[in-house]
Amino acid sequence: MSDFQQQALQLAGQQDNPDWLAQVRKTGAQQWLKSPWPTRKTENWKYTPLAPLQRSEFQQWAAKTSGWQDRIEFLELDATRLVFVNGEFDADASDSELPAEVVRFGDATADQHAVIAEHLGHIVDSEQHLFAALSNAWASEDGVLVHVPKNGELSKPLYIVHVSTPTGVPATANQRLLVVLETGARASVIEHFASTDDEQDGFVNSLTEVNVGENAELRHYRINLEEENLLHVGGIHANLQRSARLRGFTVSLGSKLKRIDYQINHCGEGAHLDLQGVYLPKNKQFVDYHTNVQHKVPHCTSNEVFRGIISDSAHAVFNGRIHIHKDAQKTLAELSNKNLLTSSKAEIDTKPELEIYADDVKCAHGATVSQLNKDAMYYLQARGISRDEAQVMLSFGFINELLQDVAEPAVRDYLAPRLAGLFSSNKELLQHLQYE
Amino acid sequence: MLTIKDLRASIENEEILKGLSLDIKPGEVHAIMGPNGSGKSTLGNVLTGREAYKVTGGSVDFNGKNLFDLEPEERAREGLFLAFQYPVEIPGVSNMEFLKAAVDAHREHRGEDAISSVDFLKLARETCKEVDLDPSFLKRGVNEGFSGGEKKRNEILQMMLLKPTLCILDETDSGLDIDALQVVAKGVNAMRAEDRSFVVVTHYQRLLNYIVPDKVHVLAGGRIVKTGGKELAEELEAKGYSWVEEEVA
Repeated sequence: MSDFQQQALQLAGQQDNPDWLAQVRKTGAQQWLKSPWPTRKTENWKYTPLAPLQRSEFQQWAAKTSGWQDRIEFLELDATRLVFVNGEFDADASDSELPAEVVRFGDATADQHAVIAEHLGHIVDSEQHLFAALSNAWASEDGVLVHVPKNGELSKPLYIVHVSTPTGVPATANQRLLVVLETGARASVIEHFASTDDEQDGFVNSLTEVNVGENAELRHYRINLEEENLLHVGGIHANLQRSARLRGFTVSLGSKLKRIDYQINHCGEGAHLDLQGVYLPKNKQFVDYHTNVQHKVPHCTSNEVFRGIISDSAHAVFNGRIHIHKDAQKTLAELSNKNLLTSSKAEIDTKPELEIYADDVKCAHGATVSQLNKDAMYYLQARGISRDEAQVMLSFGFINELLQDVAEPAVRDYLAPRLAGLFSSNKELLQHLQYE
Repeated sequence: MLTIKDLRASIENEEILKGLSLDIKPGEVHAIMGPNGSGKSTLGNVLTGREAYKVTGGSVDFNGKNLFDLEPEERAREGLFLAFQYPVEIPGVSNMEFLKAAVDAHREHRGEDAISSVDFLKLARETCKEVDLDPSFLKRGVNEGFSGGEKKRNEILQMMLLKPTLCILDETDSGLDIDALQVVAKGVNAMRAEDRSFVVVTHYQRLLNYIVPDKVHVLAGGRIVKTGGKELAEELEAKGYSWVEEEVA
């Protein structure tokens, strides 16, 4: 991993780093150097094959490329759009007029830089999250700040698209978002990780930090649909203050390496988390979701539902940790993880982890692994529907239960046909699926 | 239409049907009655090809075809229909997409094009009315959260849309109140035709007041032990099943 180190140290050692950047880079680089590289004995990385990351020498930053424009389909919605290509801001593809609450780090005002300095790298615990330390070391002007003042609201959703393209050499991209909602503020943010369908050769390290203030509400969508050779490690780290609400939705296809952490801290009483996720690895792909919900104070709630369909020789990991601290009385926490294996070679490692130190709480967690329901298959066949079409209908139905509940229609409309297309390339088998 | 000869079938190595024979001609309504555990539901499951049931002997001819040569979906497309005793709930799959997929599969089998969405919506809504089901049920997941009566009416809705030639109603009356029972019976009676036959499997005579059978069979111990006209059903209702079983024994 010396290549990463070199890059990290280079950035941290730059003399012309502005103050708001210098500190986060420096502590990031220091933490990165201290952090041991995970092995199979490191509990948090036990099932995650990091070998693809070690196989190539990621010695340089991925450069922005062109020619991708007509090869990436954007979501269709009325939103503020920002586009980054291989980590670099693409002004041409982005909206030129941004609302006052949204800014690229490099274009921030002094006040906004103060917000960045206060929160960037401070919400995430980089001692616990190796790649967050790396992201801190790599922090640059090409990050996005969303700062909504007290009782304010983003008038339109913010739509951030991270485009990956091959650059011909193993190269890295750092993708960074900071969302700070003050008391009573509201926002909706969609992060769309896309790539051209070329064979990718990059590594993406993405990190989102969120502070949801008192009574504030964030809707956050994280869509990972990159080509299967892209390596991606990502994290969403959020602090929820009193009566704050975070409603998250995420979907991920697999790749050679795809690891996403959700670290949610209930810091203020009455905070609420809703988090739904769908993962759909196929071929020889891998996908790993680690969620860690920390109930630190009383009267908070969390509801997590993750579903996966693992096909072919794919491998998925789901680790859902809920930690209810001693003072977190009256916590309501639920976690459900259901998996469908459609092949005898598919693998899932699922582990709900509940640690409860308070005595007056309600918690439920469950994980299931199964094949398509035989009774449902028979029911559809008994109505004349072919076995193949029945399989497609039931597979899509399994994830559609979550898609149906996605609050932003554009996200649902975009994902439904694309995800359904994973279950068959035969259009006739897809023709009856209803995407509404 | 349907000729069953000496049918034997088992589930988990336990033989349930032990030499059942039955001949159903076009346009006829046959009632099959019998005590619990006599094999009534097994018959419908075996005929429609449910995986867990193994046919161990006998033959079934359905309109000139050996039924057991056909996959479950092929049997359906050939005109065989089972109204399930316990329709399965399938959340995430809308009733509408399920019904249209079924109708289109039947149309394709007949060499017709798929029905247009607009036409199908109209047809489905009209048919909903006939079984007293609110059209909003079309948008919900298949049978998801339906009451017992709503599930049974959804079965009849499917039957009316698919227009099968042989309809097996597996205890469609169980769990229905008198109003729902009448709706179901009305639907069935509306579909009675010279070229369509019905097998009404029931534990009680009640349904047969509304769907009047041509023949009544008593199934006991995996075989048909007695056959009569509709008056046999009344006799069974009055005297229970034990006298038949004793008579046979």
